[in-house]
Amino acid sequence: MSALLLLTGVQTHIGRYHILQGVDLDVPEGRTTMLLGRNGAGKTTTLRTVMGLWRASEGEIRFGGRRIEALVTPDIARAGIGYVPENMAIFSDLTVRENLELAARDAPLDAARLEWIFGFFPALQRFWLSRAGTLSGGQKQMLSIARAVAEPRRLLLIDEPTKGLAPAIVDALIACLAELKRLGTTILLVEQNFRVAREIGDTVAVMDNGRIVHAGTMAELAGDEALQHRLLGLSLETHA
Amino acid sequence: MMPLSGDPPRSRLLALGLAGIVLALMFAPFLFPGAKPLNVAAKICIFIALAASYDLLLGYTGIVSFAHTMFYGIGSYGIAIALYGLGPRWDAVLLGVTVALPLAAALALVIGLFSLRVQAIFFAMITLAVASAFAVLASQLSWLTGGEDGRSFRVPELLRPGFTLVPQDLLGIAVTGRTLTYYLVFACCAALFLLLLRVVNSPFGRVLQAIRENPFRAEALGYRIVVHRTLANCLAAAVAAAAGALNALWLRYTGPDTSLSFAIMLDILLIVVIGGMGTMYGAILGATLFILAQNYLQALMGWASATAADGGLPLLPALFHPDRWLLWLGVLFIACVYFFPAGIVGKLRGGGK
Repeated sequence: MSALLLLTGVQTHIGRYHILQGVDLDVPEGRTTMLLGRNGAGKTTTLRTVMGLWRASEGEIRFGGRRIEALVTPDIARAGIGYVPENMAIFSDLTVRENLELAARDAPLDAARLEWIFGFFPALQRFWLSRAGTLSGGQKQMLSIARAVAEPRRLLLIDEPTKGLAPAIVDALIACLAELKRLGTTILLVEQNFRVAREIGDTVAVMDNGRIVHAGTMAELAGDEALQHRLLGLSLETHA
Repeated sequence: MMPLSGDPPRSRLLALGLAGIVLALMFAPFLFPGAKPLNVAAKICIFIALAASYDLLLGYTGIVSFAHTMFYGIGSYGIAIALYGLGPRWDAVLLGVTVALPLAAALALVIGLFSLRVQAIFFAMITLAVASAFAVLASQLSWLTGGEDGRSFRVPELLRPGFTLVPQDLLGIAVTGRTLTYYLVFACCAALFLLLLRVVNSPFGRVLQAIRENPFRAEALGYRIVVHRTLANCLAAAVAAAAGALNALWLRYTGPDTSLSFAIMLDILLIVVIGGMGTMYGAILGATLFILAQNYLQALMGWASATAADGGLPLLPALFHPDRWLLWLGVLFIACVYFFPAGIVGKLRGGGK
């Protein structure tokens, strides 16, 4: 399986902090790659660096073979990468509909695609004309994900989508991600919830101190408790 | 307005208020005869367009600019210089407008490209500096602008007070060049306002709102924020210049005090904040209330003070003495901002949007 996204020796500085210290990451096409690691390991910074929201000071980022580390964020987005940030950054002054229309950019929303989204997140249809700011936390997260998938994207970067969500909503999310995966979307998912990670991850990369310290298949990690404990420590036990 | 924008007022009281204001302005020459009321009505029209164009920046795009009076001044001086130099001809009016509007937009483009990619506060400071420099320049280039005295000029025959369209009285009021000028101002300002309303409710307007709320998120969706902010800045500048041109035509005079002064900038800010940022309709309510208060509060207080004195009430006559009108204007603004933090339109719409 060839890599859709390939990071080689990526370093990122934020102010005087050296956050990413040479990240080598391989996200195979058509698979779901889990990016795991304790808080502060550099997972979110990795996603933001891919999106160009932080500049890589060194190293190389290739998307579909093309180097993107020097592109500006809008161009990276238009190359086919959808990004769902951790803090559900929806536009709260706009309606659910307007949020999704923005995601479709220049084209009108595709009705069939919309039906497909409503299938996973019926609440979005119910609150179609409501201001996004009035939605509940779970609904905002649904909107955030729906916005990233409103148009087919080659790669989705999703940052801790299940954080603070009720179990029923987590299940809807998993169903949506599984369906996206089935349709061949490549996903790079940051997740603290190991149950979710085990359910949908194909491959896994574990970060620590701004580097990838382990890369392999999800099955391998899920079946090796000693490895889990060594790589993820306590965070795993609480979620498993 | 609904078919034009798909953004109805969404409050019965607001719709009634807006309809009342629009009707009053539409028939102002017949409803409120006399020079002063017509002056006030024309100023309200002009400030509605001016404040609405500023709302596009402040309310919809989240840009704080202090250069709005500069663009307003460019429009005013465009008309003044053209009519002063070429004489009272329509082609001079046309020339003034066709030079001033693109000039304002081009200047906004340059300022935008240089400074809109940086932090909002830096942009605000740049606009303040450029606007101050421009005001100094306008005052120094006295051979062109008339310096501090400004330029008085004659307008085309059709717009002069001496011109009478309908010699016999119509509804008891003669229709003169002044009436025609008023309707020119009214029609142009209405068109400018509807244009802006259309823009903010277009997909482009949605992107502006998205940028205001979260620029990084908008970028991550694939929108170039500098391009969008700069376009908004150019459009707002061109509309402000058009409002300035109308103001010059109405006053038949352009000087630093009527077009470039920082006091006008503060008025615009107050109008937008009092009316309600990011609503467009707020410009109509804000401009009307603000300019009415500016022009009639003193007289109203004189009446209140005299009535209180006649009634033999203690303290009140002194408190409402007409000389204290600026104090009460200030108190009114503070009360407005305190009780309607989302502006009058925000309040009428029920707190939020």
